[in-house]
Amino acid sequence: MAIEDDVCVIGGGLAGMTAALRAAREGARVRLLSHKKSTLRHASGLIDILGYADGELVAEPFDALASLPESHPYRRVGSDAVRAGLSLFDDVTGDAYRGSHTDANALVATHGGTVKPTARYPTRVAPGLASQSRRTLLVGFDSLTAFDAPLAADHLAAAGVPGTTRGVTVAFPGDFRADSRVTRFARALDDDEPVETASGPTPVRRALARAVEPHLGDVERVGFPAILGEEESQEVRKALESSLGVDVFEVPMGPPSLLGLGLEALFQEALDSAGVRRTTGNPVVDFDADGERVRSVSTDRNGRQVPFHADEFVLATGGLVGKGIDSNRERVVEPIFDCHVPHPDDRYEWFTDEAFGDHPFARFGVNVDDDLRPLDADGKVEYDNLRAVGGVLGGADFAAEKSGSGISLATGHAAGRAAGAAANQR
Amino acid sequence: MSDAPTHDADEFEPVDVFETTEMDLRPGADDCYKCSTCDTSCPVAEVDDEFPGPKFQGPEQWRLKRKEGHGIDDSITSCSNCMRCDDACPSSVPLSQMHNTARGEYVEDQRFGREALSALADGSPREALSIVREGQDGLVERLRNRILANYHTSAWLASYAPGVANFVMNFGPARWAMEKTMGVTSEREFPEFADHTFREWWTARGGARVENPDKRIAYFHGCYSNFNTPEVGKAMVRVYENFGYEILVPPQKCSGTPMFANGMLGDARRHAETNVKNLAAAIENGADVVASCTSCSMALGQEYPELFDLDGIEDVAAHTYEGVEYLRLHEDLEDALDEASVEGSEFAYHAPCHARNQGLDTQAVELFSDLDGVDIEDVGDSCSGISGTYGWKEEKYDYSMEIGAEMFEHMEGADGETGMTECPTCAMQMEHGTGYEIRHPLELLDEALVDRSQ
Repeated sequence: MAIEDDVCVIGGGLAGMTAALRAAREGARVRLLSHKKSTLRHASGLIDILGYADGELVAEPFDALASLPESHPYRRVGSDAVRAGLSLFDDVTGDAYRGSHTDANALVATHGGTVKPTARYPTRVAPGLASQSRRTLLVGFDSLTAFDAPLAADHLAAAGVPGTTRGVTVAFPGDFRADSRVTRFARALDDDEPVETASGPTPVRRALARAVEPHLGDVERVGFPAILGEEESQEVRKALESSLGVDVFEVPMGPPSLLGLGLEALFQEALDSAGVRRTTGNPVVDFDADGERVRSVSTDRNGRQVPFHADEFVLATGGLVGKGIDSNRERVVEPIFDCHVPHPDDRYEWFTDEAFGDHPFARFGVNVDDDLRPLDADGKVEYDNLRAVGGVLGGADFAAEKSGSGISLATGHAAGRAAGAAANQR
Repeated sequence: MSDAPTHDADEFEPVDVFETTEMDLRPGADDCYKCSTCDTSCPVAEVDDEFPGPKFQGPEQWRLKRKEGHGIDDSITSCSNCMRCDDACPSSVPLSQMHNTARGEYVEDQRFGREALSALADGSPREALSIVREGQDGLVERLRNRILANYHTSAWLASYAPGVANFVMNFGPARWAMEKTMGVTSEREFPEFADHTFREWWTARGGARVENPDKRIAYFHGCYSNFNTPEVGKAMVRVYENFGYEILVPPQKCSGTPMFANGMLGDARRHAETNVKNLAAAIENGADVVASCTSCSMALGQEYPELFDLDGIEDVAAHTYEGVEYLRLHEDLEDALDEASVEGSEFAYHAPCHARNQGLDTQAVELFSDLDGVDIEDVGDSCSGISGTYGWKEEKYDYSMEIGAEMFEHMEGADGETGMTECPTCAMQMEHGTGYEIRHPLELLDEALVDRSQ
């Protein structure tokens, strides 16, 4: 009868995929339900543990974990879980990522010209670390308005990064639409498509190098927006490095993000080889419980409900942006299980007046016990076999702390292991 | 604070402040925050640099056309209605609904043949003739699209003399003429018409052989399994009867999929009226609706309630399932397959876009991976490229093959030399690109579960 698994994970972002992978490695039969394509394609592809605490830049994130408030998700799972989550990440990403050699945060320049403290970064980003004192040229394209290289360079200089940083805007060689998609450029570079230039048809990688050459001067490295290939990014970057004679790196971009897409692909590969069953396309909207335990959850498409049964469930639906937490004019809710979300009754106390102030809403999410099980208003476990991970958890301001992916990895790992082990015992 | 969809029936709807009787998609347009994820998921935009992509076709075009003097941009005719953008949008913008309505409006607004008529009025009949011949004013294109969209009608005619139809439809000179006069590509082989239709077979066997008031389904066979691949419909009947289901086969017309894709909403609505009336009656009679084609189940389950307001339409949507999906939900299919086995078969499986959008893209591989004697491999998440009528248009044929190239490559890389998919036109494209024989998952279930000796 119906569809049955040992562990059912709801949500296909970093937290959900980590939980599913970890549970599968425990030997459980796992299903991952997600509504849409993974939100990783909106993510920068950077993996941060803790970039800021109390507004101060954090150099050694592991040292700072103990100073976080008791209610913070990191305090629930402990620093060992953070390390275990990162090690699972390193295992999944292999050569595609750097940063595992040290506990210290690296500083990565973003497309806005800010510097992000982060724990793991794509190999294609690595030569651009802002902590290295090197003469840097940022290159933007006039058809790609999301990256203004001269402005980003000015911001970086003002932020006091070591070395000098200049920015220049050039035309991307060839006759592309004025509003071409990033994937279009990436594909052209992947295939090294010939493009029309003043000196006749030229392979696009060489044509791109030629467009940048006049601006090189004495720089030691050149940064491009992260569009240098989707499948063949390594080859594209190497080709540009050998034409230009300097290191080439990429700057993480906003959505749709090729670095995020690349990370999504690595995780999906790992999920497939671990035998995780993925079902995507419809939102989970309902559940069926038997006293203390969740028996099934149901997806919905235009009124057609499809139940998925399991022994253990992991809620990984994200926060306010990911729709794992929602609000109306009266209250803040967790829409699937209606788990308790602590918040002030008066909605004018949900926020502060300053746009970048310390907003209470940023910390809204479900409260959990040490086993990551959501708690009701009285502090009692909502369901014995339901755990919550990632953005749906309360107590952390991911955006201000730069802690989103670290929390996803740590809690995903802890819940996946616990759910897998619990399912094995049944 | 939340970006969850605002178009919830219970919530405040900004659209209510406007007095309008037309379909108003403003709340959907407002949900778009221009992340462009839809554009990077669009298989047409990937190969056709002129196509501005789903974000433009949906929310941006919706805003533009509010301004006077802005009609629907003709690039809407390049959208193949694969509906992948729906699946990609993190904000639940009803993109395919916007595209369907825009396409409908575009087709409605065009005064086809206008250029030719004005040349005639100017006293230049020769010029008028050449305009028509070269298809400059859309008259020919519209006629062609209408014929392609109404496959139901051509197939019905052909079913009276399938042998003749098969010969004529693939007769070289005839195909050359069809390409030159109507823009139907001569590169493709027309699907063969079976020597009998599914309905003829159903009537000849005396209809349902199982009666069961507690387990009843209404089979929506669609045009293709009726006229071209009745073996899929027969497999469906045998598998369901094997599980003790009483099968109803209500009178039905085309699901409307090719009509939506060509902006012919008027035609689609007429067909939908018949389908909804008969299927709603079957539901009333205790049945759920089951389709073997994923585009048919997509039409009944999503496009109908998005586009038409008919009695019972929501009910039909909520009761419609795909053939294998329904069995998985109501029977212990996994156990049944666990005990079964087939003679060694290797399949290269392709998930149709319309299966993907219903969350069914992994089900066949999941189910059959434990069936003894079967090796099944997913050939990846690319679109097959044919998208119903899209790949039949002369001007789209090369794009269609370019989109499909990744799938062909993966199919040839897979161990199996038989293809598998739920969608008839994907099957056509798979066969066209690789020469493989293509089967439907229901046929494999039939082979594994039904004892044919009885």
